[in-house]
Amino acid sequence: MTDEKQEPPKAAEGAGTPVEKPAPESGGATTPAKPIGAAPPKPPAAGATKPSVAVAKPPIKPEPWSSPLLDELLGRFPGAITEAVIFRKLPSLNLAKEHLVAICQFLKSPEGGAYTLLTDQTAVDYPQRAKRFDIIYHLYSFRRNDRLRLRVQVGEGETVPSVTSVWLTANWLEREVYDMFGVAYEGHPDLKRILMPDGWVGHPLRKDYDILKQDEAWVKTNLGIESAQ
Amino acid sequence: MLQSAIEFLKANPLLLALIKILLVFVVIAGIVAYLVYMERKVLAFMQARLGPMRVGPWGLLQPVADGIKLLLKEDIIPAGADEYVFLLAPAISVAAAFTVFSAIPFAGNFYVTDINIGLLFVLAVSSLGIYGIILGGWSSNSHYPLLGALRSSAQLVSYEVAAGMALVGVLLISNSLSMVEIVRRQLAMGVWNVFLQPLALVIYVIAAVAETNRNPFDLPEAESELTAGFHTEYSGFRFALYFLAEYTNMVVVACIAITMFFGGWLRPFASVRALDVLKFSPILAFLAGAGFVLWLGLKSRLSLERYFFVLLAAVFIVLGILVAYPPVLDAIQGIFWFGAKVLAFLYAFIWCRATFPRYRYDQLMNVGWRWMIPLALGNVVVTAVIRYLVSSHGAAHPLAWLVR
Amino acid sequence: MPEATFLDASELLINMGPQHPATHGVLRVKLKLDGERVLGTECIIGYLHRGVEKIAENRTYQQFAPYVDRMDYCAAVTNGMGYVETVEKLLAVEIPPRAQYTRMILAELQRIASHLIWLGTHALDLGAMTPVFYTFREREEILKIFEKYCGARLTTHAFRIGGLQYDLYDGFEKEVVKFCDYFLPKVDEYEQLLTQNRIWINRTRNVGVLSGEDAIAYGVTGPMLRGSGVKWDIRKAQPYEAYDQVDFEVPIGEHGDTYDRYIVRMQEMRQSVRIIRQCVERLAPGPIFGKVGKVIKPPAGEVYHSIEAPKGELGYYLVSDGSVNPYRVRVRPPSLINLQALDKMAQGHLVADIVAIIGTIDIVLGEVDR
Repeated sequence: MTDEKQEPPKAAEGAGTPVEKPAPESGGATTPAKPIGAAPPKPPAAGATKPSVAVAKPPIKPEPWSSPLLDELLGRFPGAITEAVIFRKLPSLNLAKEHLVAICQFLKSPEGGAYTLLTDQTAVDYPQRAKRFDIIYHLYSFRRNDRLRLRVQVGEGETVPSVTSVWLTANWLEREVYDMFGVAYEGHPDLKRILMPDGWVGHPLRKDYDILKQDEAWVKTNLGIESAQ
Repeated sequence: MLQSAIEFLKANPLLLALIKILLVFVVIAGIVAYLVYMERKVLAFMQARLGPMRVGPWGLLQPVADGIKLLLKEDIIPAGADEYVFLLAPAISVAAAFTVFSAIPFAGNFYVTDINIGLLFVLAVSSLGIYGIILGGWSSNSHYPLLGALRSSAQLVSYEVAAGMALVGVLLISNSLSMVEIVRRQLAMGVWNVFLQPLALVIYVIAAVAETNRNPFDLPEAESELTAGFHTEYSGFRFALYFLAEYTNMVVVACIAITMFFGGWLRPFASVRALDVLKFSPILAFLAGAGFVLWLGLKSRLSLERYFFVLLAAVFIVLGILVAYPPVLDAIQGIFWFGAKVLAFLYAFIWCRATFPRYRYDQLMNVGWRWMIPLALGNVVVTAVIRYLVSSHGAAHPLAWLVR
Repeated sequence: MPEATFLDASELLINMGPQHPATHGVLRVKLKLDGERVLGTECIIGYLHRGVEKIAENRTYQQFAPYVDRMDYCAAVTNGMGYVETVEKLLAVEIPPRAQYTRMILAELQRIASHLIWLGTHALDLGAMTPVFYTFREREEILKIFEKYCGARLTTHAFRIGGLQYDLYDGFEKEVVKFCDYFLPKVDEYEQLLTQNRIWINRTRNVGVLSGEDAIAYGVTGPMLRGSGVKWDIRKAQPYEAYDQVDFEVPIGEHGDTYDRYIVRMQEMRQSVRIIRQCVERLAPGPIFGKVGKVIKPPAGEVYHSIEAPKGELGYYLVSDGSVNPYRVRVRPPSLINLQALDKMAQGHLVADIVAIIGTIDIVLGEVDR
């Protein structure tokens, strides 16, 4: 039984790094996950589950993922994949950026699983890390009815190869990542801001984006007064 | 007194003509103004809403309000525009539209004039209105109105051709260009031209809708398109004149269609004596009008409005009774039927506007040149052949059995 | 479009400005024309960018829920559904069946409402000025149901993380069924006005053709993808809530033109009515809230969940660091990604078709720009 997961609650800090395991809070613990349509949930015991219940609790952290596709990828692109986990039924692969386009092309092809739909491409900023940006790709395969997440970690100032040659969707999505995070893409046909106005300074979705400072600077240059914010 | 007045007028034909012109002008202008109101109301009712309701009871004074507003607006002339042409263009449109009414017979005994080339005159003068559009677009000194004007005029010219061709079919049956004569022929033949020339009617009606820039052919002036219409730069009274010209054109084409195809001022089955009872229709119409006014008007919240409508209904009933006096009944038969038919036509125009999406410009021109004109030409040829075979000369022709 | 090609003298550059009656919001489209033919388009967006994703980082999970309604403001219920389901997925909490069926009923009603707006405005752009009044009249009935249920017509915040805030009001089932009965003949009415209309067919057949392959390449989803012949609906492929328990069809088109997308959306409205009826039958008394505490602190991790919103695949990518605020919320906006295909669909058409094509993509700028 997974009792060892139910350690006494640690004090939960808000600003831990994302990979730390949080403590389950008392009162309203997450219920044991059951597939939808099963028996109604049992009444929650405060802070602990009944040891006699033989249902798997939902994993709280990602588990290692293995699949024939992963083996194929590891075979074809040795050293490209640094991590392969699965969490909430969605596998994630960490890739090295040099192999990104090649892997994407392989994944799109029928032998690679026919991941023909690039559902989404985005980024997350982890400023405490050396490689602060996580570029995330969500893929979908119609044939396998399966999703896959790719992750490329890059640092400040590094460029990422563009996948517009693989999926045309990536065009505007990469522009948005560039606009919001400042990550430049090599090989993108038309990399410019998409949501913010053209002359905007700064990249809004970065964690250290200080709009107040920018506002003060603008007011000073354009209005010549001190900002009252 | 009446006798001496009539004698006086007969002695001065010019004065008589002037009075008739004035009467026609005023009445038609009034009809056009209320046509705008009718359109807004009918469109609204078809779209599950009410239309103008505020200005006057049930919005009846809306045209007055609109007129006053447009008159009082600032007169803006764009910089660089050719001022004289800019001022002249809407006037040309309106003048052309109204002039056509001089040749249209409203009743057997009432028309401004009966030219023996009436139809030709009517078509020619209504074509002059296109100048108003082109000059308006060009003199605005702006490139979107110019494009809009060119498109509008290209559309109008193409459909003029189709309309003219369609009417040639009617001419072949009627043997005359005079509008009055055409109607008289329909009386003599005992059947309206629509039954003899259905294709021509269809072509003419479609061409008429296109002529007047109405939906589904109103792309050149639609709001959601990129090139705005030719009247973009016009505001105030000049815009009102263009607007007036457009609606007057609607009435013009309706009148022409009625005269050519639906027997003008003739009542349905004009030559069938048994249906003479239909001549009491004006009375019924007034009574029905009173009923309609009461039904709508009594729904009103304000008691003042309700009194107004009861009064209006009473007026209609009084008119109905007045009209029942036989000489009056006989006198107004022509104008009544003509008016009823025109009203039906105008209603159909408005109905079209509510129902159909809009044609794209190239599709519009496609329909005009590749469908309307060849069909109209074909109609002319077929009509001519049949006419020949039906006539005494052609009765001996081997193919004459086709039309027996 | 690369800037250099604008120097060619025989080409005309026209701007369909951010203010235009037919662009359904603040969308700017630069058209490169050769006479009347469109050679290329460039969309400039961002006029309605409100920084929703940034705001999310400073709100708790529950506090952020009303913000998502404001993105696709024509379909707030489905926006909310996508978000709460994503958080529930991260929490791995189970929603009781009564809540699931209620959510489905409201989501399908919202789908109908969104398609009604699309139909009215699309027809209006093409010159048919009457359907818009009828569709808004039908939509009024749906909004009345929403208002009775959660107090708001447009930005509803109907769902909560873990289930529903409000139980169904007395008479909800009856009203919903009454609406279904009232609404189905109306769809037939709209079809009568438009489907066989020669002018409508002329304006929409072979206009804005997007092949299935191109649609997938551009990442297009929703009725646009189905209009191009790809039978894919997330409600069938990766069912959420209780969509696997109800019976409905997924209409697809054949040629991928505007007419097919019109037919697909009309059929979807009918299928939504079918789903609603089945859900109403299955509603049974029970709890409406799963086991979620007042303070929502999901485990650290990331999750991606998507639903079939009226406009396409609406996805949420949620990164949690274990605190009460999400670390990152990414919204995968179907309208933005569908809009990217405008350039492909518009090439070679006439200027007057651009309006039809923008209408058929069915964008809401709130979602495009967030």
